[in-house]
Amino acid sequence: MTNCVSLADVGQGQSGTVLVIQAGFGLTSRLDSMGIRPGVRLEKISGSPFHGPVTIRVGNVNLALGHGMAAKILVQIEAPPRGGPS
Amino acid sequence: MRIFLVGNPNVGKSVVFNRLTGLNVVVSNYPGTTIEIVKGKARVGNSAAEVIDLPGTYTVEPTCRAEEVTVQVLAGRQDDDVVINVVDATNLERSLGLTLQLIKRRYPMVIALNLWDEAQHTGVQIDAALLEKILGVPCVPTVALTGQGIKALVERLSRPGVSPYEFEEARRWNEVGRILKEVQVITHRHHTLLERLGDASLRPFTGAVIALLVLGLSFETVRLVGEGLIRFALEPFFEAVWSPLMLRLSSLLGGSGFLHALLIGRLSEGAINYGESFGLLTTGLFVPFGAVLPYVFAFYLVLSVLEDSGYLPRLAVLADRLLHVVGLHGMGVIPMLLGLGCNVPGILSGRIMESKKECFICTTLVAIAVPCMAQTAMIVGLAGRYGATALAVIFGTLFLVWLALGIILRRAMIGESPELILDVPPYRIPYAVGLAKKVWTRLLSFVFEAVPFVFMGVLLVNLLYTLGVMGLIGRIFSPIVTGVFGLPSDAAGALVVGFLRKDVAVGMLAPLHLPFRQTVVACVVLAVYFPCVATFAVMARELGIRGMLKATAIMITTALVSGGLLNLALWALVEQTP
Repeated sequence: MTNCVSLADVGQGQSGTVLVIQAGFGLTSRLDSMGIRPGVRLEKISGSPFHGPVTIRVGNVNLALGHGMAAKILVQIEAPPRGGPS
Repeated sequence: MRIFLVGNPNVGKSVVFNRLTGLNVVVSNYPGTTIEIVKGKARVGNSAAEVIDLPGTYTVEPTCRAEEVTVQVLAGRQDDDVVINVVDATNLERSLGLTLQLIKRRYPMVIALNLWDEAQHTGVQIDAALLEKILGVPCVPTVALTGQGIKALVERLSRPGVSPYEFEEARRWNEVGRILKEVQVITHRHHTLLERLGDASLRPFTGAVIALLVLGLSFETVRLVGEGLIRFALEPFFEAVWSPLMLRLSSLLGGSGFLHALLIGRLSEGAINYGESFGLLTTGLFVPFGAVLPYVFAFYLVLSVLEDSGYLPRLAVLADRLLHVVGLHGMGVIPMLLGLGCNVPGILSGRIMESKKECFICTTLVAIAVPCMAQTAMIVGLAGRYGATALAVIFGTLFLVWLALGIILRRAMIGESPELILDVPPYRIPYAVGLAKKVWTRLLSFVFEAVPFVFMGVLLVNLLYTLGVMGLIGRIFSPIVTGVFGLPSDAAGALVVGFLRKDVAVGMLAPLHLPFRQTVVACVVLAVYFPCVATFAVMARELGIRGMLKATAIMITTALVSGGLLNLALWALVEQTP
């Protein structure tokens, strides 16, 4: 249950729940309005090499976030990671 | 009465706008297509109403530049104004966050549950009647793309509701959750092929493969369609139908004189050479319609398919790393791609970038290193006879200029380059009628906005030659033109005309019959050195006069450096090796 990592480090295809967003008011409220806030369940679609953007699925929405933003979002991963989307 | 269209980005506000007003503003499947306020007229009941299409927003407490515009306009609302809250039925949760904010402000409003068909296909069932009962404002399911539900929407506009719904602002999202539980049922289902493809085109490896395929295919399609139209339709038309007419006119005019020079231009051995005669009715018509329009059509056809399918945001994610090198983020692909069609919409779309620094970099890069399709078509026609090598050198140099200049600007400028944060919409099969309208709108704007300048350019060339000014210009600029770029002094005229239209300028090089090195250098310099007048005007508007002058200084410097270096490099590489 203590499987808590930043969104940047979540594996491709893994799902988890947002625990906390370690960012200032501006970014927190922007993410909030786009559907990312503590308690929300998300699935990581992809990351990219060289600190490129991270893409996630929240409900019916796909979002791309810069690596720096993703690093500020702490996620509790669901164990065990599933093989693929069901 | 005014009607405001308010909603999240990419929910189809502009499509609703087009349906209500009968206008044809450009709509695409990516967030941020509408970058400025667009107004139109519609009839509601027996009275006329002004419809105002606003850039998308996730909240009425602005978190970025695009959102501020919408919030400002809403602040100036008057009593008889109505808000149409366009809601994405496939993403009811996120949309309702904004809806509740609008409700809290007690705006008279109607909710359009748009993308209704897509919601049903993806297994989302919404009880619109119940939602209407809970919120106390009319809720109308719509499919704006096909027009379904629009009539009902208009009917209900005359009786909008001011919601009596009460909630605590801080608990807005809990409130949304509570409403959703009542009105929405989501049926579990398997991922569709399009969704799998959607994910694959975001992942680094499969994404890169798909991007190469898509871009390669796009490029080939533009080339095939453009070339095909010219070879099998336009050239035969000009040769077989137009030339005889022009020759008859030529003999009517007596074969010489001022009017003949103006309309027909110079005949070569009694025949019309559309590339070289430079008369208004010969070259003046052939350049825009015979040489450029086919490529412009082919380009916009392909671009519109890419826009409507929803591929561009995925390309933005993949290109994000590269674009950070030049101080932009992934969404910078949109201005660059639009700029390949015409620099003016390219620069305008630079508004989707947030910071001032990004806007400046974006505008400058588009104006300097992104050749528009009119110019590209003429370059292909002119340099194509030296084969693919010449084209590769020209466009390769432009890419290097883009990269180097971007890196320099990123380092030299103060200000920040924010990270990408982007809603990636699902893939959608482009709607044929909408696609055709969009291509048509863009072609019309080319014909009405660009063709007059082509005429003016050709007219100017004629006058400069007739009045003997061309020789003078050549002598004045020859230290630069000949000294730095290694071009004949005659080419100076092209640099002057390039301010009006770049395609005419490239066309002016044809009669000079330049060799390989000079052709390549001239094409690059013409692309870089200065924007055409339309681009110039839009730069001044977007950057302010000072910003525009700064960009112009950068442009002239870049042209001198890149043209000079390229000339030296080609001379050393090509002409000094046996």
